[in-house]
Amino acid sequence: MDKVSVVTGVAVPLERANVDTDQIIPAVFLKRVTKTGFDDALFYAWRQDPDFVLNRAEFAGARVLIAGPDFGTGSSREHAVWALRDYGFRAVLSPRFGDIFRGNAGKQGLLAGEISEEDVERIWAAIEAQPGIEASVDLVSKTVTIGEITAPFVIDDYTRWRLLEGLDDIGLTLRDEAQITRFELARETWRPRTIPVQQAVGD
Amino acid sequence: MNHVSPAVPRTLAEKVWDDHLVVKGEAGSPDLIYIDLHLVHEVTSPQAFDGLRLAGRPVRRPDLTIATEDHNTPTLDIDKPIADLTSRTQIQTLRNNCAEFGVRLHPLGDIEQGIVHVVGPQLGLTMPGITVVCGDSHTSTHGAFGAMAFGIGTSEVEHVLATQTLPLTPFKTMAITVEGELRPGVTAKDIILAVIAQIGTGGGQGYVLEFRGSAIRSLSMEGRMTVCNMSIEAGARAGMIAPDQVTYDYLEGRAHAPKGEDWDAAVAYWKTLGTDADAVFDAEVFLDANELEPFVTWGTNPGQGASLSGNVPDPSAIADPNERSSAERALEYMDLEAGTPLKEIRVDAVFMGSCTNSRIEDLRAFASVIKGQKKADGVRVMVVPGSARVRIEAEAEGIDQIVKDFGAEWRFAGCSMCLGMNPDQLAPGERCASTSNRNFEGRQGKGGRTHLVSPLVAAATAIRGTLSSPWDLGVTANSTSEGVNA
Repeated sequence: MDKVSVVTGVAVPLERANVDTDQIIPAVFLKRVTKTGFDDALFYAWRQDPDFVLNRAEFAGARVLIAGPDFGTGSSREHAVWALRDYGFRAVLSPRFGDIFRGNAGKQGLLAGEISEEDVERIWAAIEAQPGIEASVDLVSKTVTIGEITAPFVIDDYTRWRLLEGLDDIGLTLRDEAQITRFELARETWRPRTIPVQQAVGD
Repeated sequence: MNHVSPAVPRTLAEKVWDDHLVVKGEAGSPDLIYIDLHLVHEVTSPQAFDGLRLAGRPVRRPDLTIATEDHNTPTLDIDKPIADLTSRTQIQTLRNNCAEFGVRLHPLGDIEQGIVHVVGPQLGLTMPGITVVCGDSHTSTHGAFGAMAFGIGTSEVEHVLATQTLPLTPFKTMAITVEGELRPGVTAKDIILAVIAQIGTGGGQGYVLEFRGSAIRSLSMEGRMTVCNMSIEAGARAGMIAPDQVTYDYLEGRAHAPKGEDWDAAVAYWKTLGTDADAVFDAEVFLDANELEPFVTWGTNPGQGASLSGNVPDPSAIADPNERSSAERALEYMDLEAGTPLKEIRVDAVFMGSCTNSRIEDLRAFASVIKGQKKADGVRVMVVPGSARVRIEAEAEGIDQIVKDFGAEWRFAGCSMCLGMNPDQLAPGERCASTSNRNFEGRQGKGGRTHLVSPLVAAATAIRGTLSSPWDLGVTANSTSEGVNA
């Protein structure tokens, strides 16, 4: 995973609450077996509307999404993160995220920071006053700066550290492999096994 | 493994967590949690297996992993090649991956094939006190057994395949206490829709919900699964119900349930799992079951619901500006006028299925209402069992014939029109009463409009053609199913 520290780029106001992952990427696009190439699928239904914010020329090449509360609720589809990333977004700020979405974002190098509703409103107003203005999202200081506004955002320390260092989760976990093995040896025999018992026991 | 003194009172969720702690996180880093059961399907796994291949890693515990095909699979002509090429490729990719990595797979046509959240419990793999994950947000379903079960993204699927663990930050706990007696015709689905309407789609974020109280205790395992299934619709990753005799009776004798001494040891352990009397939850919510009525959603998120006897709400009466604009957008998308009685809303389709309501008792409930009736003219009614085994069981009871005599379609098992990844979709503008879990814009097909309902409401609606409860049929539903009081 690439290291993330400061994301700077055009900021887009998504002035909607409860943007579920079905809106971010509809299910028909989940049939692919690749991890890239989802940029056209992002907000597919809404982008059919020429007035949708991503269709406005001022927001071409956007990298920062400023969304209403409860962004990324619903389905666990990581494709929502892949689609945002493929489109070019590197940071999403919202007052609240769906838990699974926020976890997926952290694992794919998409910065998801929680920001107050008041600050979201102020930033939306600043962007509408000057469409195409750039925002700078600083993971080191945990602040976003746009025009005259500087606002703090919240991200958990562990995700922040992994993003700053560009660390891969599986590699980190496998450093504890001895403890995993020890746990497995103490695991009770009543716990489920998917392979029939006569094969699993094998003695 | 228990890092907490037994003297400290704990909740059900905390007990399961503590007993799966591989490494306690230090200084703000997450705990490493062991995963007992990993369920896999075709949509969220291909990129995870790809990641393993790239890194040269095996599946650590194929014996704790099981796969089935459900999201993409057709519900007609299942003996023919899948017509949609991308769907066919995705299914074939799962088959190749399972063969290569040694994962047990129940493919289309197999007797154990079906919706992943129906298959796990049916096989007896889902049991109290275990951790269950799947690349699907409705994994919360399995919490009905007192398991800690939650949906994960594809990166986490790869992580579990490689390590059988997940780094997780401890959840907060929320008690949702539902006391009282459900009236006839009011079901588990109405409970959970009412809970979500009360706390909102973000109300459970960061929490594990524990459903408790006399109304929850009175539910069958099927009803409990319906409740826990939709925990994610309140923003919670997991919902749990403490195991009791209902749980043990459901499990005993199933293919993968513990046997002999293992069974005795397991039950003895399971009986210790319930939340301690003095344990403290981070949040508490109460709901009066006596007052509940059949519930229905009017909007485009599962929190936008109301009693079926009510009206489409007026957005201008909603104080919160975000909720108000959401409601305005929802009514526009749903093509509804504020103030319209919900029972006057006419539907084009009824979908009976999904991981929320496709188990045998759900089908029995639906059949008990439609038996001997004819569906309303012009309404398309589709009944999709949750698994091949449920389908066979229903057919043995004659439910398929009741469905066909009613004028409805009897299909093969899968996720079907819950999310329309296969050909089962609404046309633009079509309105559907659906026993599924999400009424998001376009969820059941681009431009489709969804009203979430219970199987009993779906059945009554299919008869009358307008959103209806069994109460409107002038009969009392007589069914033992889904927490329906006979």
